[in-house]
Amino acid sequence: MCSGAMIEADGLTRRYGETTVVDSIDLAVREGTVCAVLGPNGAGKTTTVRMLATLLRATSGSASVGGHDIRRNAHRVRQLIGLTGQYASVDENLSGRDNLTLIGKLWGMSGKRARARADQLLTAFDLVDVADRAAGRYSGGIRRRLDLATSLVANSRVLFLDEPTTGLDPRSRSGLWETVRELVADGVTVLLTTQYLDEAAALADHIVVIDQGRVVADGTPNDLRGHVGGRTLTVRPRRPRDLPLVQERMAAALPEALSSSRGGVRARIEDIDGIQPVIDRLAGLEIAELSMNDPSLEETFFRLTERPSPFPAEPAIKDIP
Amino acid sequence: MTTRAAPHLPAGPARATAGAGFRQSLALAWRSLIQLRNNPWELADYSIQPVMFVLLFTFVFGGAIAGSSDGYLDYALPGVIVMNMLFVTLYVGMGLNEDLTQGFFDRLRSMPLAAWAPLAGRILADTVKQAWSIVLLLGIGFLLGFRVQSSVFHVLAAVGLILVAALAFSWVTILIGLLATSPTQTQLYGYSIIFPIAFVSSVFVPADTMPDWLQPIAEGNPVSTLTDAVRGLLSGAPFVDDALASLIAALAITVVAVPICLTILRRTT
Repeated sequence: MCSGAMIEADGLTRRYGETTVVDSIDLAVREGTVCAVLGPNGAGKTTTVRMLATLLRATSGSASVGGHDIRRNAHRVRQLIGLTGQYASVDENLSGRDNLTLIGKLWGMSGKRARARADQLLTAFDLVDVADRAAGRYSGGIRRRLDLATSLVANSRVLFLDEPTTGLDPRSRSGLWETVRELVADGVTVLLTTQYLDEAAALADHIVVIDQGRVVADGTPNDLRGHVGGRTLTVRPRRPRDLPLVQERMAAALPEALSSSRGGVRARIEDIDGIQPVIDRLAGLEIAELSMNDPSLEETFFRLTERPSPFPAEPAIKDIP
Repeated sequence: MTTRAAPHLPAGPARATAGAGFRQSLALAWRSLIQLRNNPWELADYSIQPVMFVLLFTFVFGGAIAGSSDGYLDYALPGVIVMNMLFVTLYVGMGLNEDLTQGFFDRLRSMPLAAWAPLAGRILADTVKQAWSIVLLLGIGFLLGFRVQSSVFHVLAAVGLILVAALAFSWVTILIGLLATSPTQTQLYGYSIIFPIAFVSSVFVPADTMPDWLQPIAEGNPVSTLTDAVRGLLSGAPFVDDALASLIAALAITVVAVPICLTILRRTT
């Protein structure tokens, strides 16, 4: 593993009896970057985070946060990290303000200092209006904001976000993304788990795709797209009756050409030079659309985790009048 | 390895100091108490329910059991105080279970706290709740005509003895809270234990009025010895043997339950 990483895991493994939930995961997250651990339900994401956050002991392998071994130096790791769980881990019987004040006191602040910090965070996270209401009565999005604010009471330099936007509406979701970006701009290191590709692509510098406890791919969002290889060429004639002709001519250059349900023909194309023969053959036909698309992350993901895609791999077609 | 990674972030002590742990316990005790602001039912449980028991037992059963309400109050009040202690203590286990099942315990464990602070905080808060209930019950008793026949020191000793017993019984409820899968289940298991041990004792009636087969159980029940000790302390009757027996029982429960609880807590990691 490369050294110098803020979060580093080396062969991290967790077994429950015969079942291996996390199987020898390697990770290296540089300071001030976001690493997304992406995977379907039950892939071992939460177990991985729980081990890194010192909540769960690894069966084998090792990991460190900020240079401190998670097992031998758990107490020091805990001084560096903030954790926001998949299930909002705030005290539902306390108001938002009291939750934040309590956490401040537990971090060793005086009562006065803890209350001032709580006020600061309530303002920063737009929680002032609900500050004195019991957290159990908050909506999902507000509760998640409080949960995140609670993780930030001590200005933690490393944040673990376990499925931070699961169950949130789109607005709360993009608000949370914005917050994460601001934190990272301040130099915070973030490890987040998600089942959403767009979330990983939007936030992460580095994506680790895991499935059934194993890393199946690892790289930047672009690396992962490249992993699948090829791009998709779509050609749509202006007149639908030209479709068979378009398909016939495209197939001559690209054997995989298939007509799509939306009045166009699609073909996988390995490199950009492959497009010229297609264009030559289409001469004389009125074409409404000709587009090249990267494989979607969805395609990539399902290919990597070897599951049938529930989404037809079809690029959005823009109508040209 | 701890020495390899470059951004070796400066960190504080390798473990929480005792002083820090104590302050954390106080903060968590404060938390358990201010929870009552948003959970008034719990407060009603410590306040209305015991008062109801005193009133019902004194005025409904008192005549039948002791010939008169007044006469029965002297007998029953110490019993109700002890029984109420058991019910209030159940909140230690319920609160812990709530923290475990709702993820708040994970948040606490991800922070640099003394490992014992979360439990100590709960037990500390419980002590305050217990004291409140005892004072309330003695006050109601006084209004209804109950009179302490001994000294203020005896009363303090009785309160102290109940608090020690509560401390020991806390560990039983912590054990229940660790094994149950929800706060409601914790309450259910708790009630299934507390009702029999409270009623098969000298809390409401003398053990020698029970059938022969039940008497030894009732007499050996630590709830009986504790109740008899409190009765003795408040009425000026002999109490030393019962008080000692209660302390030994408390010690025994603690010695058995604490290692079991800590082992289970550690196993959850």
